Amino acid sequence: MTAKNETIYAPATLIGPAGLSVFRVSGPKAFESLSLLLGRELEVKPRTSFVAKLIHPDTRLVIDEGLILPFKGPHSFTGEDVVEYHLHGGHAVAQSFLSAMAHMFDHRLAEPGEFTKRAFEHGRLDLTQAEAVADLIHAETEAQRLLALDQLEGRLGALYQNWAERLKKALAYLEADIDFGDDEELSDDLMATVTPLIKEIAGSMETHLNDDSRGERLRDGLKVAIIGAPNAGKSSLVNALAKRDVAIVTDIEGTTRDVVEVHLNLGGYPAIIADTAGLRETDDIVEGEGIKRARAWAEDADLKIALFDSRNKPDETTLAMIDAGTIILSSHSDEATPHAMIAEKEAMPLSLKKAETVQALVDLLKRTAQNIFMKNVSRETKDDMPLITRARHRAFVTTALEHLKRAENAPSQDMMAEDVRLAMRTLGKITGHVDVEDLLDLIFDDFCIGK
Amino acid sequence: MFETRDKFDVIVIGGGHAGCEAAAAAARMGADTLLLTHKLETIGVMSCNPAIGGLGKGHLVREIDALDGIMARAIDQAGIQFRMLNKSKGPAVRGPRAQADRKLYREAIQRFIAEQDNLIAKGEPVGDVILNEAGDKIEGVITEAGDRYYAPCVILTTGTFLRGMIHRGEERIPAGRVGEEPSVKLGETIERLGFPLGRLKTGTPPRLDGKTINWDALEAQEADNPPIPFSFLNERIDVPQIQCHITYTNEKTHQIIEDNLKKSSMYAGHIKGVGPRYCPSIEDKVVRFSDKPRHQIFLEPEGLDDDTVYPNGISNSLPVEVQEAFLKTIAGLENAKILVPGYAIEYDYVDPRALYKTLETKKVAGFYLAGQINGTTGYEEAAAQGLMAGLNAAIKASGRDQDFILDRSQAYIGVMIDDLTTRGASEPYRMFTSRAEYRLMLRADNADQRLTPFGLDIGCIGSQRAKAFEEKQALLFKAREQATAEALSPNELENYNIYVNQDGVRRNSMDLLRYPNITFDQLAGIWPFMREWRADIRDQIEIDALYAGYLERQQADIHAFKKDENLVLPADIDYRAVGSLSNEIVEKLERAKPETIGAASRIQGITPPALLSLLRFVKANKHDNAKKKAS
Repeated sequence: MTAKNETIYAPATLIGPAGLSVFRVSGPKAFESLSLLLGRELEVKPRTSFVAKLIHPDTRLVIDEGLILPFKGPHSFTGEDVVEYHLHGGHAVAQSFLSAMAHMFDHRLAEPGEFTKRAFEHGRLDLTQAEAVADLIHAETEAQRLLALDQLEGRLGALYQNWAERLKKALAYLEADIDFGDDEELSDDLMATVTPLIKEIAGSMETHLNDDSRGERLRDGLKVAIIGAPNAGKSSLVNALAKRDVAIVTDIEGTTRDVVEVHLNLGGYPAIIADTAGLRETDDIVEGEGIKRARAWAEDADLKIALFDSRNKPDETTLAMIDAGTIILSSHSDEATPHAMIAEKEAMPLSLKKAETVQALVDLLKRTAQNIFMKNVSRETKDDMPLITRARHRAFVTTALEHLKRAENAPSQDMMAEDVRLAMRTLGKITGHVDVEDLLDLIFDDFCIGK
Repeated sequence: MFETRDKFDVIVIGGGHAGCEAAAAAARMGADTLLLTHKLETIGVMSCNPAIGGLGKGHLVREIDALDGIMARAIDQAGIQFRMLNKSKGPAVRGPRAQADRKLYREAIQRFIAEQDNLIAKGEPVGDVILNEAGDKIEGVITEAGDRYYAPCVILTTGTFLRGMIHRGEERIPAGRVGEEPSVKLGETIERLGFPLGRLKTGTPPRLDGKTINWDALEAQEADNPPIPFSFLNERIDVPQIQCHITYTNEKTHQIIEDNLKKSSMYAGHIKGVGPRYCPSIEDKVVRFSDKPRHQIFLEPEGLDDDTVYPNGISNSLPVEVQEAFLKTIAGLENAKILVPGYAIEYDYVDPRALYKTLETKKVAGFYLAGQINGTTGYEEAAAQGLMAGLNAAIKASGRDQDFILDRSQAYIGVMIDDLTTRGASEPYRMFTSRAEYRLMLRADNADQRLTPFGLDIGCIGSQRAKAFEEKQALLFKAREQATAEALSPNELENYNIYVNQDGVRRNSMDLLRYPNITFDQLAGIWPFMREWRADIRDQIEIDALYAGYLERQQADIHAFKKDENLVLPADIDYRAVGSLSNEIVEKLERAKPETIGAASRIQGITPPALLSLLRFVKANKHDNAKKKAS
């Protein structure tokens, strides 16, 4: 049984709207996975970059075209073979790349600080990098006491802590029954509480994870849908906001048949503005599908902007989708006054020919974004769980949940305990470690044990 | 043969479980070994309850056996009620246990000691040790009679005898165990040498006359049938098997104890030693768990032709008359006669952080401590330490520059010694399965697979075991090959009425054994060779299959663990020179003197920044040393 030195990978830059997204892969098989992604054998010329298309080994589809920068160990950041992938920024590319890496043999997602840790182990790191090294020691030793404190302030940490505490309790019951149950009279009621407790925590984790990705939305951007009848000027508005041409704008009704997303910075808050297909009854299958998606996107959005052409009668379809928070615009305001029905809804006039009207919209969007983010941050309702905002947390909670699911169905108690322990340890990577002696303390405090 | 030599390779002081295992191990390694104890007749005596094994402890016994120790073989000759604990809770946490016939056990141990080559036992109490002039190296021992014996390695295994003090009510009797002298002089010697000492306590219940117990009123517990032996060398048990009985305390019992608490030595404040939380006295149970209406008592017979009964669960330090009074309230014990009253015993122990992982003291080269003197409790914990001390002492005496250390990922023995040497013992230390983080790998069933190869490597395995092990390995290898040779698709399996996911994945018998709804017999229907597997081989294959997914992950964890273990801290490190360490942390490090960064991280209260500073310091020093060498 020889232990293997795994190859690790992780995004090196924040995933999100950005020009570039850099991923780093380090370990003995870093060049192997590169060959697989390139779909050909590769003669690595260290520190020589090249541009190539990466192919997903599973789907055979192109992930992205990117700049590849291989480093031969020990002349790399970690001291191992390293490949840096400079891909286009964005969530989809990242997802695709990470899922491809997940398929690679002997590869796994790096743990926090692991690149730094490897760099240290290979003597590549200056020891004055005090904080980094402190982190590394704790991310991987059994202790893991050092919490990523700055990531843990507030309710998220408290939530994980609470789960960990309750799992510790469940584990204490399990361990007490394993280590003393045959000799001691432990109450059967105690053991009977273990599985329900595990199920309950697993349920909480599921709720936490199935948050419609609200947290990621906050992280990736506020979702803003622009809806309106065909030719109301949605695409032009999007273009004006983005100050670049991203949607095809023509005068033929129904040109935009899919959802086009534009990423914007609204006064520091990220937002995704979607130009959706114009809403109308149609027999065109493709356009119909586009409209269906537009509706779905709009319903899912944090904010809707309803656009009405001042020159026309407001269309029923769009009117029906307006809700309390919808921003209503009366477009082409320079050519006509808003329809009475729209005017009474406090519609903002908008004319792309008048910069001040666009600016007024942008200002409103900024204020609205700020309100929404603040609301999300300070939401205090009791049942409402804090949001997952970081991939690291989501990854750990997902893993912890997998362990709990396995624990629920474990064929025997020792395996159940193992998975509960692993779930706890996974949470511990966020909240701090649980020590065996802690567990024994709990066992002895709660039970009368002794033959 | 009359023995007049006074020079040996290894001298073992103490003939308890640690001492016997240490002496036998050193002798197996070929070291000329002398065992010195108070009285030859008390070699192998069980001074507490008459049982070997249990949860965690059974693992230790199997590990001792895997290194060819004597405890497992002795209990196999003396066990009168074998039970596999935790049968239904998973193979990793199964714990073999046996009630022992005290006399048979003692005789078995004495036989092993007598028959062991290279080993001489003498009934001479030791009073002092001989050190070199600098006082940092052992050279031999001096008996209380003044005789001198010389050896480069001495193992001290004096159990609870170091200034032992028995407490019972207001009574205080200096003793190692009832009726035996404590080792006062040795206690003074240890103190003089400057080892950090602490005081612990443990207790024992009154021994009862079985003829006066009303057995018919009691719940009986049967032995396993067939009994499963401890030793990998034994296929069956020939000792007759008997029943044990269970009774309970009740509210009346508790009332009497509560009314007389002030008379208990413990509660009257006579005892300063810390007792184990997992083995509380009945006074403790009544006080701490006042809501429990009853506590269980196991009535353990002490032997086949011995009427003494050990009522496990009511150890106490109450005066005799109170013990008599509360016994009368217990079902079946109404008329029970006390043969020896219960008592608490307080004794000195050495803070085990004063030891290397070889159990050699850091202060005095060649001087080893093993067993209860290191703050542990239990025969198995003692024996396991004795074994390790014996092996290491023999290696050292032979002049080989090598340590024999098992780590946490290899054995319960490794977990225990690591816990002791890095965390110390704030209460009597007992093994639990929950202490082992790699529990699924460290099983009682595979102790031989894990450890016998190491034993063969260092040379402590006799020819009989070596041969048996080789045979088993060959059978296992063959069975594993067979089990993985052929794999069937889900469709093919359907022909045998075995239904798995239609995922097109071909599965071999190992894969299929993991499914709870697929039986061994079904698979043997496909692959008839499976029926040919020997019972122990079949068990091993089934257990391996069951844990397959978990074991891979534990393996990965172990790899990470070993990396930290490989960052060695120099033995002569001056923690005060590190800087930025608080006094408290410096003290903790100085006491534990961790051998690696991994060990340092397991010391309670060592903070991440402290570890960082330590690392930096060590790295910088290495760098300096390298530069010095270069220039």
